[in-house]
Amino acid sequence: MKAYFTELFTGAWSLIVGLTVTLKALFSPVVTVQYPRQKIDVTPNYRGHIDLIKDPETGTHRCITCGMCMRDCPSDCIYLEGEKQEGVKGKVLTLYTLDYTKCSHCGACVEVCPTQALDYCDDYEVAGFAREDFHYDLLKRVEERE
Amino acid sequence: MNVDVIEDERQHQFVLNMGPQHPSTHGVLRVLLKMEGEYVLDPQPVLGYVHRCHEKIGEYKPARAFMPNTARMDYLGALIYNQGYAMLLERAAGIEVPRRAEYIRVITSELNRIQSHLLWYGAYLLDLGAFTPIMYAFDDREHILDTLEDICGSRLTYCYCRVGGVCKDIDDKFIERTRAFIERLRGRLPMYEKLVNGNIIVQKRMKSVGNYTPELCARYGVTGPLLRAAGVEYDLRKAEPYSVYSEFDFEVPTEQQGDAWAAFNVRYREIEQSLRIVEQALDKLPEGEVMEAKVPKKLRLPQGDYNCSVEAPRGELSYYLVSDGSDIPYRIKVRTPSYSNLSVVPEVCKGMMIADVVTSMGALDLVIPEIDR
Amino acid sequence: MQTLNSYAPEIIRIVMAVVGGAVVVFGNALVMGYMERKLAGHFQRRTGPMEVGFHGLLQLVIDGIKLMSKQLVIPAKADKPLFMLAPIISFAPVFLPLLVIPFSDRIQGFDLDVGLLFVLAIASINVLAVLVAGWASNNKYSMFGAFRAVAQNVAYEIPMLLSLLAIVFMTNTFSLRGIVEAQTVWFIVLQPVAFIIYLICMVAETNRAPFDLAEAESELTAGFHTEYSGMSFSLFMMAEYTNMFIVSCIATVFFLGGTSGIPLPYFEYTGIIWFLLKVYLFMFFLVWIRWTYPRTRFDQLMNLCWKYLLPISLVNLLITVVVVKL
Ligand code: SF4
Ligand code: SF4
Repeated sequence: MKAYFTELFTGAWSLIVGLTVTLKALFSPVVTVQYPRQKIDVTPNYRGHIDLIKDPETGTHRCITCGMCMRDCPSDCIYLEGEKQEGVKGKVLTLYTLDYTKCSHCGACVEVCPTQALDYCDDYEVAGFAREDFHYDLLKRVEERE
Repeated sequence: MNVDVIEDERQHQFVLNMGPQHPSTHGVLRVLLKMEGEYVLDPQPVLGYVHRCHEKIGEYKPARAFMPNTARMDYLGALIYNQGYAMLLERAAGIEVPRRAEYIRVITSELNRIQSHLLWYGAYLLDLGAFTPIMYAFDDREHILDTLEDICGSRLTYCYCRVGGVCKDIDDKFIERTRAFIERLRGRLPMYEKLVNGNIIVQKRMKSVGNYTPELCARYGVTGPLLRAAGVEYDLRKAEPYSVYSEFDFEVPTEQQGDAWAAFNVRYREIEQSLRIVEQALDKLPEGEVMEAKVPKKLRLPQGDYNCSVEAPRGELSYYLVSDGSDIPYRIKVRTPSYSNLSVVPEVCKGMMIADVVTSMGALDLVIPEIDR
Repeated sequence: MQTLNSYAPEIIRIVMAVVGGAVVVFGNALVMGYMERKLAGHFQRRTGPMEVGFHGLLQLVIDGIKLMSKQLVIPAKADKPLFMLAPIISFAPVFLPLLVIPFSDRIQGFDLDVGLLFVLAIASINVLAVLVAGWASNNKYSMFGAFRAVAQNVAYEIPMLLSLLAIVFMTNTFSLRGIVEAQTVWFIVLQPVAFIIYLICMVAETNRAPFDLAEAESELTAGFHTEYSGMSFSLFMMAEYTNMFIVSCIATVFFLGGTSGIPLPYFEYTGIIWFLLKVYLFMFFLVWIRWTYPRTRFDQLMNLCWKYLLPISLVNLLITVVVVKL
């Protein structure tokens, strides 16, 4: 009999205590942001897909077409081509595509590159209607960028 | 609550298909329940809906390239999975890791464990029908994710560990934010206790649901919080301290009853212990490099078998690698905790009410991609 | 001719009552739908609906349009006539109890002598609708939900009635108006135990969390309305909200003195302000506990009823009777 009433009262009390917690939350400020209207700053260390860096000195990318990134990528998502051109030492990059649908953000390509030609970009709003939307031409992107 | 079920009343029995799409299976797990009224006679998990051949993929690529895959197996314990695999390769190739890197691995892994437990906490209560705790838990968890994102660059499937260290050093901002988070979570825990742990409905729902004994756990290979809820003080961080865990002072929470309530409490208390570890690691953080300089570009593992186990949020995670001397592993086997933990369901959940099946499956803290790999 | 004339005011009264009932049903569904989501949001430190209209005020209108324009999916193996009938059975009777509720001294459809019994009788039709819905869907989850709902509602009607009976003994009338008028002191003060029992039963009777076993989504996906979509689903929702409104009205009438409050001008009519305020206080409570507690298990729910509520309400009734007779 005693247990019956103890349980009744401790139980009821625990329920009331629970109610005070949510009541306090009701009058606390909200912690969410209204996403498309409000945005949180994305950290500079965010790892989006990779991009060729635009070298401020030369005004173009630094890739020497060594192919290390292509070989080291565990997901085989980089494809690049280069050709010999008159008067230029080494090969010149003519095509650099990234199949972002397969990329696993592992960072192998960025770390292996001998000239630090690659870096992560901070695009995080990536959505598309077709797979092909994510086949990026990085060479074109670096040329278009300011 | 277990009841004796009358076996031969065939006409009352029917099969209920819980999953592959069901709110409480948290992913594509299917459980076939043979029912009699509200009581479950025979629950049978059906696996394989998210099988992605991770182990097979490992046999086609250089050993190092398997690292991102480990994060995809258990998306909630990604850093711990990373750490385990990096440790395996280091062990195989005989590479020393700088002490600072070990400390950073411990800090990030423990933060990862806390966020995994917080998510479980919310999701479990969602299974029990409480909608609000998950929002509060997410609020706290978001702080961990933001902090980790600042260092690792991603929020869930980190690929942070490298063979021979970690890819990026932590900075003062990270340390500051982590300390602030520890403060914050410590301040929030009493709120959780008031809202959830003390609540009579929660206690009534969880107490004496499931009956895990040390013997049962040994038979099925159950590890992690469930084993500790059965009264066995077994935590790899203490039992065979890997990395630098031997340098920290922390407890292994255990309970004796072996029910869902015990598992709940073990996990809940682990949050506090992980906070302690992170705090100590931040205090003791040594200076130095975070990446061993002499790691060969092409990692050739000497011929032989290698094994490495770590304590994941859900139990013991083991990597087993057979090398034939080339840089591509001959075989990688991953022993994931949820797979073994799930296998007790047919035995433990027999004779329960359907609501209790949900409770006890929630107590297992299943991550389905980890089961199927 | 003369008889017709004498009936005319009565007919106008009926028409007005029905129109008023419809306004209350739909208005309440809109208010509650919005209030529930907004409160749920803020209980969880979110904002709730924000996009449609000022702070999401028009969200419910948009949702209504969406639900109405959706296809009515009838599962292939369902019992079609019953499947269509169930939402109607659920929704149609909810108008009736509104007719006898004394919103203010002058705003009341009819004052029945057996008002309380009438309300409770009509309210229990909802169980039938849930059972029909669960059966007709031909889905195991729906079936579970339906059976649970029946067992639960039947069980909880007993302590509910017993707790209200204590007040009926004190006032000697079943008429809701009579009970309001008999309250010089609010009965919540004289009958606190009955009040708490009624409060619990009221949650269980409306199948709201933490007693929402009939639609326990983590166990039964959506319980009895798993297979319903579009308008038939929204009829269930509206019925649920109206039932919440009705039980809150009863609580107000029995325990919070109905319209009583600070006198306003034209109190025969403006008393409705106090009345609705009290009703929405109860509604707020229903929302509040829904977003605080987890769900109970079915056998625990039954235990609560048979082991705690029923004996306590019987004892309460006994004590009341003895005190009244003395
Ligand atoms: S981040 Fe990894 S997966 Fe992605 S392109 Fe670079 S190497 Fe390939
Ligand atoms: S590794 Fe660097 S330099 Fe070599 S091809 Fe890739 S981007 Fe170009």
